[in-house]
Amino acid sequence: MYFVDPHVHMISRVTDDYERMARMGCVALSEPAFWAGFDRGSVDGFRDYFRQLTEFEPTRASWSRIQHFTWLCINAKEAENVSLSREVIAMIPEFLDRPGVLGIGEIGLNKNTRNEATIFQEHVDLAMKTNELILIHTPHLQDKYKGTRMIIDMLLDDSRVDPDRVLIDHVEEHTVGHAREEGFWCAMTLYPVTKCTPARAADIIEMYGDDRIMVNSAGDWGPSNPTAVPDFIQELRRRGYSESKIKKIVYDNPLEFFAKSRNFAFTPPDILAAEEQAKFD
Amino acid sequence: MASLQTATEVLEQSFLEIRAKLLEIGASLDRIERAEDSSHLKNDPRLAQISRSIEILNEDGFDRAERIQQVFSDSYDPNWNS
Ligand SMILES: [Zn+2]
Repeated sequence: MYFVDPHVHMISRVTDDYERMARMGCVALSEPAFWAGFDRGSVDGFRDYFRQLTEFEPTRASWSRIQHFTWLCINAKEAENVSLSREVIAMIPEFLDRPGVLGIGEIGLNKNTRNEATIFQEHVDLAMKTNELILIHTPHLQDKYKGTRMIIDMLLDDSRVDPDRVLIDHVEEHTVGHAREEGFWCAMTLYPVTKCTPARAADIIEMYGDDRIMVNSAGDWGPSNPTAVPDFIQELRRRGYSESKIKKIVYDNPLEFFAKSRNFAFTPPDILAAEEQAKFD
Repeated sequence: MASLQTATEVLEQSFLEIRAKLLEIGASLDRIERAEDSSHLKNDPRLAQISRSIEILNEDGFDRAERIQQVFSDSYDPNWNS
């Protein structure tokens, strides 16, 4: 089955991971901007990172016939440095019209601090002024419930925000209900130990339905698994779901959300294959 | 998208997994208890969270996972921004 991984940090993965994902059916992925494993020292560090996300990663993905999309921001961990964050936010528009840039993300909260909240709101302001989609990171572990509520409060406070153009990521049992009630798109992150398992993600879909929801691997510096989405597909098959039901969650839903971005240009895999074939005919 | 499986089928598939996870929890708690300084931990809030979660497992309903998540969550003040 073809699938899309809507949240995977390929910069932290080797080229073989692209190839393994492709062999398991991955045809597209989106890579939000995040922490580099260390705090960057200057706005130029971010400029170089954004070049990597918009130039080299799409090239590396294309070697495995995967279409690469990306999101730009300064992440919540580095948002404690308010002056650097503001320089980065001012620089982001240089990249917003590049091919494959879907919007602003992953922005959110990490430790639920004032500075994080300030920089979050300034990112949202940029997204509203430039008509971008938003991808939200919610905190992990004990900070998640409070942080998700704070993020939703801030989004609802800004009357320009349309929840249908915002994806709230890393939802779990205690945060998915509120995010969905307010009309946001949601994503579950399949991650060993600290986040959701494929079985729990399947349970959440059984309880809340399969509209406006998707799953991702997050694949990052931690002990993550870039082929977690196929594990989720297997879990739903084991439970007896039809291929079309499964495809809605792992392929149709992410593409429907991404298509709201003006920069989204996706070629379905069958058409891509036909085009490649035509080159040889 | 309600569950397609019967309760019996779900139990069939998950029984050994549940058994294994319960044993793992029992053995982990034993390991803490056996370790030298275990008495220092009597008031550690994490042990209280674990113990409250185990109580939730024994309660009824289909939101046990959500309630356990709440046990491990910081509280939210709706007026945080005012
Ligand atoms: Zn991420």
